[in-house]
Amino acid sequence: MTTEVVDMITVVIDGFEVSVPKGTLVIRAAEKLGIQIPRFCDHPLLDPVGACRQCLVDIEINGRPFPKPQASCTIPVEPGMIVKTQLTSPVAQKAQEGIMDFLLVNHPLDCPVCDKGGECPLQNQAMSTGRGESRFEGKKRLFDKPINISSQVLLDRERCVLCARCTRFSEQIAADPFITLNERGALQQVGIYQNQPFESYFSGNTVQICPVGALTGASYRFQARPFDLVSTPSACEHCASGCALRTDIRRGKTLRRLAGDDPEVNEEWNCDKGRWAFKYVTALDRITNPLVRDSSGELREASWPEAIAAASLGLKGKRVGVLVGGRTTVEDAYGYSKFARVTLNTNDIDFRSRVSSDEERDFIASHVVGTSTTYRDLDRADHVLLVGFEPEEESPIVFLRIMKHVRKRALKVSAIATKLSRGNEKLQAIFIAVAPGSEAEAIAKIELTAKSVILVGERACESAGTLSAVVALAGRTNAKIGWIPRRAGEPGAIATGAIGNLLPGGRPVSDPAARVDVATAWGVDSLPTSAGKNSDQIFASAKTGELDALVVGGVDPLDGALASEALLALDRAFVVSFEIRPSAVTSRADVVFPVASVTEKSGSFMNWEGRSRLFESAVEGSLQRSDVRILSMLADAIGKPITLNTVKSAAKEFATLSKWDGARASFTASNSKNISVTSDEAILTSWRRLLDDGSLQEGEVNLAGTARKSVVVISPKRASALGVVDGDNVKVSNTQGSIILPVLVENIHDDAVWLPRKSRGAHLLETLGSASGTLVKVGKA
Amino acid sequence: MAFLDKEQQVMDSIIARYPRKRSAIMPLLHFAQSVDGFVTNEAIELIAKKLELETAEVSAVSTFYTQYKRKPVGEYHVGVCTNTLCAVMGGDAIFAGLKEHLGLENDGVTADGQVSLEHIECNAACDYAPVVMANWEFYDNQTVQSAKDLVDSMRAGNPKPPTRGPNELHNWKETSAVLAGLNDGHANEGVQAGDASLLGLKISKKGAQG
Amino acid sequence: MTKLTPVLSAHWDEKDSFTIEGYKRHGGYTAAAKALKMEPDAIIQLVKDSGLRGRGGAGFPTGMKWGFIPQGDNKDHYLVVNADESEPGTCKDMPLLLANPHVLIEGIIIGSYAIRAKYAFIYIRGEVTHVVRRVQQAIEDAYKAGHLGKNIFGSGVDLELVLHVGAGAYICGEETALLDSLEGFRGQPRLRPPFPAIAGLYARPTVVNNVESIASVPSIINNGAEWFQAMGTEKSKGMTLYSLSGHVANPGQFEAPLGITLRELLELAGGIRKGHQLKFWTPGGSSTPLFTAEHLDTPLDYEGVSAAGSMLGTKALQIFDETTCIVRAVLRWTEFYKHESCGKCTPCREGTWWLVQILKDLESGKGTEADLDKLLDLCSNIMGRSFCALADGAASPIVSSLKYFRSEYMEHLHNGGCPLDPQASTLFEKAGV
Repeated sequence: MTTEVVDMITVVIDGFEVSVPKGTLVIRAAEKLGIQIPRFCDHPLLDPVGACRQCLVDIEINGRPFPKPQASCTIPVEPGMIVKTQLTSPVAQKAQEGIMDFLLVNHPLDCPVCDKGGECPLQNQAMSTGRGESRFEGKKRLFDKPINISSQVLLDRERCVLCARCTRFSEQIAADPFITLNERGALQQVGIYQNQPFESYFSGNTVQICPVGALTGASYRFQARPFDLVSTPSACEHCASGCALRTDIRRGKTLRRLAGDDPEVNEEWNCDKGRWAFKYVTALDRITNPLVRDSSGELREASWPEAIAAASLGLKGKRVGVLVGGRTTVEDAYGYSKFARVTLNTNDIDFRSRVSSDEERDFIASHVVGTSTTYRDLDRADHVLLVGFEPEEESPIVFLRIMKHVRKRALKVSAIATKLSRGNEKLQAIFIAVAPGSEAEAIAKIELTAKSVILVGERACESAGTLSAVVALAGRTNAKIGWIPRRAGEPGAIATGAIGNLLPGGRPVSDPAARVDVATAWGVDSLPTSAGKNSDQIFASAKTGELDALVVGGVDPLDGALASEALLALDRAFVVSFEIRPSAVTSRADVVFPVASVTEKSGSFMNWEGRSRLFESAVEGSLQRSDVRILSMLADAIGKPITLNTVKSAAKEFATLSKWDGARASFTASNSKNISVTSDEAILTSWRRLLDDGSLQEGEVNLAGTARKSVVVISPKRASALGVVDGDNVKVSNTQGSIILPVLVENIHDDAVWLPRKSRGAHLLETLGSASGTLVKVGKA
Repeated sequence: MAFLDKEQQVMDSIIARYPRKRSAIMPLLHFAQSVDGFVTNEAIELIAKKLELETAEVSAVSTFYTQYKRKPVGEYHVGVCTNTLCAVMGGDAIFAGLKEHLGLENDGVTADGQVSLEHIECNAACDYAPVVMANWEFYDNQTVQSAKDLVDSMRAGNPKPPTRGPNELHNWKETSAVLAGLNDGHANEGVQAGDASLLGLKISKKGAQG
Repeated sequence: MTKLTPVLSAHWDEKDSFTIEGYKRHGGYTAAAKALKMEPDAIIQLVKDSGLRGRGGAGFPTGMKWGFIPQGDNKDHYLVVNADESEPGTCKDMPLLLANPHVLIEGIIIGSYAIRAKYAFIYIRGEVTHVVRRVQQAIEDAYKAGHLGKNIFGSGVDLELVLHVGAGAYICGEETALLDSLEGFRGQPRLRPPFPAIAGLYARPTVVNNVESIASVPSIINNGAEWFQAMGTEKSKGMTLYSLSGHVANPGQFEAPLGITLRELLELAGGIRKGHQLKFWTPGGSSTPLFTAEHLDTPLDYEGVSAAGSMLGTKALQIFDETTCIVRAVLRWTEFYKHESCGKCTPCREGTWWLVQILKDLESGKGTEADLDKLLDLCSNIMGRSFCALADGAASPIVSSLKYFRSEYMEHLHNGGCPLDPQASTLFEKAGV
């Protein structure tokens, strides 16, 4: 760890000395002493604005007093500074009381019906440092209340104290200035432009930082009183950014989730999906009891012993493939990994329930597992190169971190992508347009330094040779690679060996020493020696009967490259499913085990950095049916125990295996394949949007209302050839199916056509059997 | 009404005046008013596009400044100064008189669309109080009657000329173009200075002679 | 012998005073030609030596402001002229620009050269169409004459000058709000530091000067610092425009050395209108605390006015006679500040909203004496607590009027309304219309 030399400055606040780094604001130096100066506009992650004037204090420097009280949120400490807050200065106290008096002039004082009541900085500070009673007897300004500024955020302008936290957040942090201050003077108000709702992926943060009840979330409005809620620190299950969250529960039901404060990861922010997509947990169709397919072919509820016995019977001594899914906790993934090897004696395990490749599997084993690229590397980077990765859509907190440095120090960002995205526009990225399949050529031309970071998304595997080019670039320049998958469980699944070529700790299956290591730890004689099948091969083998059975975690078969094959495989094989809600897998399963959702169990995720994100069960009295516990019971029944009876025991055992000093797997480069196109064809390209038809967002209508509209994106050249303009319908088709959507003419490679991968009206894998890199026809609809 | 190509070219030339695009937002809003009479949604969207801003950023600016109107005003927009000095010296009486005469409240427009009425703040002509502005041209030393005569002349389609201004009063849209920085060629018309502006100079010259 | 010293206004009585020909007839643009042959630092020194102080209200030494601009920093520098003249009572810059826009342009050429700015702006308020025309035309004529643009006066120096027209916002007279407005934002004041000299327009070193300050520069170049210093008082040098308005026999502009008194000016203006007496006046616009007849002999320079408890401000002398209701006058100003409050900070935004309501009640005779104390208390919570000086200005007339005219406020309460006839204070009291 490097230590940076920081100039410290000592100041006296209310008679107490405190030393803080140069540049620290007085308000924060006071916090260090435990002195709370009241404030509204101040927010440590936003630029100081000095607007609310609530934090006025008396200051003198080297014996020279300022003639009037100063806003402590805008003044950095200086040597010789003596600060007197409301605690020791009658002038500061009167100034603060005066400001509070003014703030209440136009505030409706409707606390009894306000969602913020009980956790409201205005209410609290009016009581702690205000006058208690307003002296204002006149007329208050009136506004219509509340107004929807998006389908998920409501604005009550009467309550607003115009601190501009929300507008500054939108501009400075999210780079989505869709809400602004409008009008002026006492009529100044937060607002949107009438034809552009507040559809930012980060809008929920404004609700959280609003110091009054002016901004509220549609889904939490009138739901609860803060003092009725039980709050639990938690970790977000949606993506690999790794946000710390706070989950607020009343009577076993999640009512809201807030961004947690983790300066090294999400700072104090999260995305709207992480905040507002949690109802799937309490969906009415949750599976609560085990299901067993009876002799008549019907799935019916069964007792646990019966279900365990049925599953055991179907798996014991059979050729089984294990599909883990990308959403498991580290502990559950470890359970699947050990279950496959010890109980099923196979390496046929893969967590990748998405389009994937063997080049990627090699890349993961050689360049992902055991490496450490972190947010800190982004903080220090001289250049960030994005390959097959749209941070705003696929890892929004990574986006915010890059955005922060673009804004503060003009960090250089380059994006090798098929289409220019709004996110990359906001990052002012140098856009290197490529045709799908030609990424490697573009990567070969990039220059980086050892301080640069290459952020690679899971989609990089969809063009052969791309990851090989990334490896070559990193080798040539010493730039760091950060591989960022979409799903929260993938990094943990890699670390625990829930993939056919790796054992826990990144030990290569092919390395005899590694196998011995793990076998010893697990108390077994040996482990299967050859690398296992990948998920496509597992489905294909199950379809042909080469595999008899499948153990399936949280997997949507329609997310993979072989969607239709997968369904046939599930129909044919004996399937044991671990699920929370009915799915295309459970409907075809022979045994279904109901598992706990994240709020009902403890455990941890590993984010893209490899950082552990521990969380406890948020629901009191939960049965904690984590997958690993059920796997352990099943292993006992089969007679090859894995002895992981609790999440804790799984965590503990994995910890002993999580490091490996031996050699990493080697990487063999692959070649890229250019695709040639005729005039009425285009190469399909797509990515998942943050808000789309993902299964964890089901039922969140307010959230869905802010999703970006489904469109087909083509280049101006193709648009003029087709004779279409923005908004015209076009048809994208291949032999499997077709999709018709309005067209958007944008900056995209001429040979490509882009659609959202799984948004309303565009489920590409289901409809076209492909999401990228294949030829489709594009025509006027 | 869509902005014509030639209007868009003018907008582009306005943008080109500045080292940074965003600075052009105010003249562009004035220009938009010269086309449509007020700031339309279409104007906000077009300006946002041209300046690479979000529409909210443009509307935030447009609502800050009182000269940008969000609904049509009259062909001749009349402002009566009712800041303290003008108010005391007759501005209040003039404003009350015009309201009654035109049957309008503050911010109202006559049914024929000829005249709109607004009370305004100090317009930097205090030595000519009470002051009335029409399309932001000076009408100095007004009385209730002279102000009524003025609006009557406007409604008759033959407005009286300003006291210190061009030879004739130009309509709202033409005025807005001037405020967008487009020279209408009338700069050389009218007096170089009113009597009050010359008072000190005259006394000084007289003193020097005497 | 009159004390008047017309310099800026010297040729306003010529019909074509606003044209480039009219300006050149009296030596126009010779100062710029001369300055461009000087070292820029020598110009800054000359302006420093002259003692010229800002004529926009604050009185900051102009040469010192120019000297703050870091040199050799390889950054673009900007000169921005504040022609947003909107302070109630203030009416000097607009007649100046109407009658002689070229003197400002010449001053801009000199100032820009001195601070090494290649781009200058005039930010003019938007509610003065004909002044905009005159300035626009003057800029175009100056370009045609080779005084603006590339290689001006054949000196190798380039200067672009853009006229930027505001759109109705008093706060844009505050220099940082002006810069935000010029950058295309809502005109709300910025945090300082950084000061404009370090990070002004587009975060580059910027000088913001008032019209009259810059217009005074050509005469200093041509006549020298000593000539300028010979006028005025010890710390307030030079001539300036005093604007008399209101209940005087002959309102108008009077260009005189700093330090002249209202008594002297009133003599020139023919005194208070016939049959009436001076009641109260503002020395420099509505934001400067009121004066009364007891201040008739206060020297109207920066120090003199300040010592008497007010500010020289813009030298906008608004004169009110005994027919004027103090409560009505103060209410109107307060309504103005409420209307013009930008909304950024709490005390100004909410305070002016509140003050207006109390004053309205008082004017109509509602309320109690306790409301007067509440007014003063609210003013004490506004003054020195707000983000910029606008709200200080809002409190000024209230506090000073209560100092001198508390009994008249009380009379409203006892009387159940205003004891004065508003008709009596109009200019057309007799005519009726």
